[in-house]
Amino acid sequence: MNRIDGVLLPELDDPAPDPWLPRALGWLSLVLGAGALAAPGHLARLTGVDDAPAAPAIVPAIGAREVGHGLGLVLGRRPAGWAWTRVAGDAMDLALLGRAMADRCGERRRRVAFTTAAVAGITALDLIAATRASRARRARGRLIRIDLGVTVNRSPAEAYRFWRDIENLPRFMSHVESIRAEDLRRSHWMARGPAGRHIEWDAEIVDDQPNRSIAWRSMPGTRVPNAGRVRFVPAPGDRGTEVRVQLGYAPPAGSLGRAVAKLFGEEPEQQVRDDLRRFKQVLETGDVVRSEGSPDGISVRQQVMQRPAQPLPGRR
Amino acid sequence: MRATAWMGKDSVKVIDVPEPTIMNARDAIVRITTTAICGSDLHLYHGYIPAMRKGDILGHEFMGEVVEVGPQVRNLRPGDRVVVPFPIACGHCTSCQRGLYSVCENSNPNAGIAEKIMGHSPAGIFGYSHLLGGYAGGQAEYARVPFADVGPVKVPDEVPDDQAVMLADVLPTGYMGAEMCDIKPGDVIAVWGAGPVGLLAAASARLLGAERVFVIDRYPYRLRLAREYAGAETINYEDTDVLDALNELTAGRGPDACIDAVGLEGHHGNAAIYAYDRAKQAVRLETERPFALRQAILACRSGGTVSVIGAYGGLIDKFPMGAFMNRALTMRTGQCHVQRYTRPLLERIQRGEIDPSFIVSHRMPLKDAPKGYKIFQKKQDECTKVLLTV
Repeated sequence: MNRIDGVLLPELDDPAPDPWLPRALGWLSLVLGAGALAAPGHLARLTGVDDAPAAPAIVPAIGAREVGHGLGLVLGRRPAGWAWTRVAGDAMDLALLGRAMADRCGERRRRVAFTTAAVAGITALDLIAATRASRARRARGRLIRIDLGVTVNRSPAEAYRFWRDIENLPRFMSHVESIRAEDLRRSHWMARGPAGRHIEWDAEIVDDQPNRSIAWRSMPGTRVPNAGRVRFVPAPGDRGTEVRVQLGYAPPAGSLGRAVAKLFGEEPEQQVRDDLRRFKQVLETGDVVRSEGSPDGISVRQQVMQRPAQPLPGRR
Repeated sequence: MRATAWMGKDSVKVIDVPEPTIMNARDAIVRITTTAICGSDLHLYHGYIPAMRKGDILGHEFMGEVVEVGPQVRNLRPGDRVVVPFPIACGHCTSCQRGLYSVCENSNPNAGIAEKIMGHSPAGIFGYSHLLGGYAGGQAEYARVPFADVGPVKVPDEVPDDQAVMLADVLPTGYMGAEMCDIKPGDVIAVWGAGPVGLLAAASARLLGAERVFVIDRYPYRLRLAREYAGAETINYEDTDVLDALNELTAGRGPDACIDAVGLEGHHGNAAIYAYDRAKQAVRLETERPFALRQAILACRSGGTVSVIGAYGGLIDKFPMGAFMNRALTMRTGQCHVQRYTRPLLERIQRGEIDPSFIVSHRMPLKDAPKGYKIFQKKQDECTKVLLTV
């Protein structure tokens, strides 16, 4: 079976999606750098440092550096690293400009001050771009991918139909409290967290191949970006359907992240495995199978904290 | 209601617990009339099966009257007299549809633990540890029966409880042990263990056309039952070398098939060998004492079949793999797929072809369950099978 087909979590997968800011800054670097290399004297005059004896050497050097940043940002695959090189370059420029401002006056001082203000503004943009790219990279580092399958003694069409009715999913996904279908593609998910904490998000179906596969992902802006694909493959020799699930989610850092980690259990894979077991039970037997020791059916938590195999009190 | 609960190693008590209720739409509630203590309950009693909790209700052999059914049970109604198979099976997974009910893919809510120990999970079983589902058992006044549209079989009034309750486990298990031997005319079958299952396996082997059946045990009263009711010849391993005896009785061929109806708590005629495995078991270097299985493999004719219906739970040592492989043996195993056998065996009982109640040695009320466990464990008073009446 081929691995994840299609990008499920564009905001988490390499290359970073929609990197317009780093790219724009990259082009700015290229333009400035090319200008500094082609007409160093003109640029030195514009910025008010044309009187410095070192200017003819320093300005083209800075230009070369800028071209380097630009190429890295426009062509490179790791915007985070390149964005930080720009921040370092900005710091160097600001230091040079600070020294230049100190021993100038009049029109040159005004130009240097103007240049300094412009560079400071760009520095702010660079910082934003760099932190954002770094955060995306760390989120990718936390991304949890799960790839599991279960064989269900039902046809691919039956398994697909059950899953496609998205409001069925909480019947076997233990951590999901409810799902409300907004329309055929969009849905609102509510998950139960520890200590009564709820996590909610909106999701959409991004690919729907009847009786074969369904892919969904959380809408942008979700605090816990997540996505998944389920495929319904006929099992060989009349053995029903191989239901293969791929899931990815990126728990955020900090306390919410720890809550999400708890939500998915110490072993997120085991949780999904149990979800699939329940899916099989619901499809094959009509319900989640319960015992006195596990009255809520299969769950990792229940397996370690079993109640005695006695009828539950106070139900009659 | 009153129920027999596991309270720790070598301790059961009859305690008060809530009455069961319907938890799934395919459940039924059965008011129990007769229930039995199984040899495999002794493995729980002795603490050899992991994942027991204090207060677990025991018992997987029971029958009674349906008092309530879930909305999706259409084949039963209150008042029906039923016997309940010990494995819990959904009837709809691939295993169930192939008749392999004891490896139902859906009935163990704790499949995750079982998989860690066994690779894949077998079916859930009533009152048989949390490893096998955490289901409350049937040594009680009432039991909840999941998948009541698949397991329970209606019993006609003319078949008494003593016979019908044997359909829950021991008769189908013994019968499957014999069936797995694939008996052909002239076949000689040897059965290790003259407990209820071994005796019924021997009787079933005769029923299925075995030429001769040998039963191996050390309790004369049980060997007598084998001779009188199961049409078997007997070997007492405490005064006879089993391998020599079997070779002699078959003129050197060895039995065509060997049935291990002993399982994980075997005994051995040689005190040193017994002490060796008993010690390893005590410190959990192995979990079983597989004397019967080792001997069955060595005894079996080349190309023959070893049929294992004795219960095992974990790991064994000194498995004679060389003999097993070089002599082209086949091993067939399994907890019994009871649902496959209940109806045909009920018919055989009704036709008088087999009367499994010959194994019953004791009847006592449910409140005496602790005493029943004790005398069954100690083989006191010629105990073979204890029925508890409710």
